[in-house]
Amino acid sequence: MNAVVVENVGKIFTVARRGTVTALEDISLVVAPGEFVSLIGPSGCGKSTLLRLIADLDQPTTGAVTVFGKTARQARIDQNYGIAFQQAGLLAWRTVAQNIELPLELHKVAKPVRRARVAELLELVGLTEFADRYPEQLSGGMQQRVAIARSLAESPGLLLMDEPFGALDEMTRERMQNELVRIRKETGAAVVFVTHSIPEAVFLSDRVVVMSPRPGRIRDIVAVDLGGTDVRDENLREATGFFATVSAVREALHGTPVDAVRGVENR
Amino acid sequence: MTRARPIIFGVVGVILLGALWEIYKAVGPATGVVIGGITVLPRTSDLAMPHLLTMWNRLGEPVLSQPGSPPLWQAVVAAAGFTLGIAAISWVIGVVVGMLLAVLMQRFRTAESALLPWIILSQTVPIIALAPLVSGFGSQLPNWQDWMSVVVIASYLAFFPVSVGALRGLESPEQAHIELMYSYGAGWWTTLLRLRLPASVPYLLSALRLAAASAVIGAVVAEVSIGLEGGVGRMMVEFASASSGDPGKPWAPIFGGIAIGLVAAGAVALLGQTLRKYRRTEVAS
Repeated sequence: MNAVVVENVGKIFTVARRGTVTALEDISLVVAPGEFVSLIGPSGCGKSTLLRLIADLDQPTTGAVTVFGKTARQARIDQNYGIAFQQAGLLAWRTVAQNIELPLELHKVAKPVRRARVAELLELVGLTEFADRYPEQLSGGMQQRVAIARSLAESPGLLLMDEPFGALDEMTRERMQNELVRIRKETGAAVVFVTHSIPEAVFLSDRVVVMSPRPGRIRDIVAVDLGGTDVRDENLREATGFFATVSAVREALHGTPVDAVRGVENR
Repeated sequence: MTRARPIIFGVVGVILLGALWEIYKAVGPATGVVIGGITVLPRTSDLAMPHLLTMWNRLGEPVLSQPGSPPLWQAVVAAAGFTLGIAAISWVIGVVVGMLLAVLMQRFRTAESALLPWIILSQTVPIIALAPLVSGFGSQLPNWQDWMSVVVIASYLAFFPVSVGALRGLESPEQAHIELMYSYGAGWWTTLLRLRLPASVPYLLSALRLAAASAVIGAVVAEVSIGLEGGVGRMMVEFASASSGDPGKPWAPIFGGIAIGLVAAGAVALLGQTLRKYRRTEVAS
C-alpha cells in the first residue's frame, strides 16, 4: 500500500478582507512505502502547505489525501506518521529522554517499553550521553537530532519533515543529512521532505518534486537515479551523477536550461 | 558568595533606611520641610518621628500600663499570625479562582472577550466601597463571620494577577508546540496538562508573588473596613490614637505587617524552588 496518495488536491486560504489565495492547485502525488520524496520550490509555492495537508494540520479545499489507505485525519490519530519542523520544538522543562518519550507517554505505552525505546532512539541519533540534559544545554544540531528521534518514537512508516535542517549551519547540515540517510536505512520509513536546498534534495531523495508558486503547482518530478541508501555517502557529493541531477533539478526550477557551468547561480 | 550577596544587599538597604531616618531627624527642621504650603517632609519631633530605639524598646514593654498586660511584641506576633492566616486562605482561594478563570478563558474565546473586561474592571472598585456590601450580604447567610468577609475581599484582590498572568502563560506555547500535540492526537485536556500548564509556570510564579502581596494588603485593609478585631489592620488603627502620648506604639503593628509580607513572599519563593525545572526561562511581569 502506498505511503501517501494525494489526488487532485487544491487549497484556498481566505485572507483578511474577503480575499483568497490559491496555495495549491490540482496536486497529485504518490509516495511509495520506503520512498524518499523531496518537495522543493521558491517561497509561496505551497510545499509546506502540502506537507501540512498530509499531516492533517490543514484540510484540503478540494481533492483527497490518503495516508496508508486511510484519511489523513485517521492516519494522524493512529500515529502513522512522525513529524519534524524547522524549529526543533522541544519542551524546555523536559530532558532529552523525556522529550523523546513524550509521544509514547501520550499514547500510554508501558514504562519499561518506553524506556527501552528511548534508549534505542538515543543510540540511533548518537545522543546516549545526553539523555538527562535539558534542551537549552544542547546545540541547534543536537536539538534537531532529538526532534528527529522524537518523530521516530512510534516507528512510523512515514516521516514528514518541514525544512528540518533549515536553521543549521552548512557543516552541521551535511552531517545531519548523512545521519538521515543512515536513519532511513535502519528504519525503512518513507519520507516527505520539504527543503529550499537543491543539493540537499538530490542527496537525500529518490524523487524530487519541483513546485512553482502562485498558484502552487507541481512543475516537474525529477527522478534521482543515484542508487539506494548504501551509496548515499560523502563520496556521492563529489560524483558526476550528483551534479548532473542537481542541474536537472535547477533547470526544472527555473523552467529554462541553465548554463553548463556547474555550481554557479545565474538567475 | 553569590548566594550571600542578595542577603547582604538586603541588610545594607535596611540599615541605610534606618540611618536616613535618624539623620533627617537629627538635622531636619523641627517644622518639617514645607514647599508652597505643602509638607513634603515630616516634622522631626519625637512624636512625629520617634527614634528607632524608641520603637524597638516599646516592643518589649506591655501593651497597656495595667498589670497583667502582655508585652507589645507578643500582641503584635499574635495579631500578625492572625492576619497571615487570613491572607493565606485568601491567597489559596484567589489562586484557585484565578486559575479556573484563566483556563476557562483559554478554552473559550468568547469567555475571554466576555470575562476579561469585567476582571479588569473589578479591580477599579475601592475596597472601602466593597466592604459594607460584602459584610451586608454575608450577614444574611447563616454562620457567616466577619473574618469570612475579610477573606472574600482579600481574595477578590488576589485572584486578579493570577487570572491575567495564568492566561498569558497558558497562551504562551508556540504554534509549533500546539501543532505537535495535535499531531499526536492529543485533546484539549492533555494539551493543557502536558503543554500549557508547564509552559505557564514562569508567568504563574510572578502572578503568585503579586497575588501574595495583594492578599496581605487586602487582608490588612479589609480588617479595618470590616472592623474585624484580632489582626494587625485593626491594631494599626487602635494604636494610631496612642501616638500623641506613646509615639513608639503605632509602629509595632506596622512592623508586624512588614513581617507578614516577608513571610508571604518567602513562601512563594519556596514554591518557585520546587517548580525550578519549569522555570528555564523566567518571565518578568
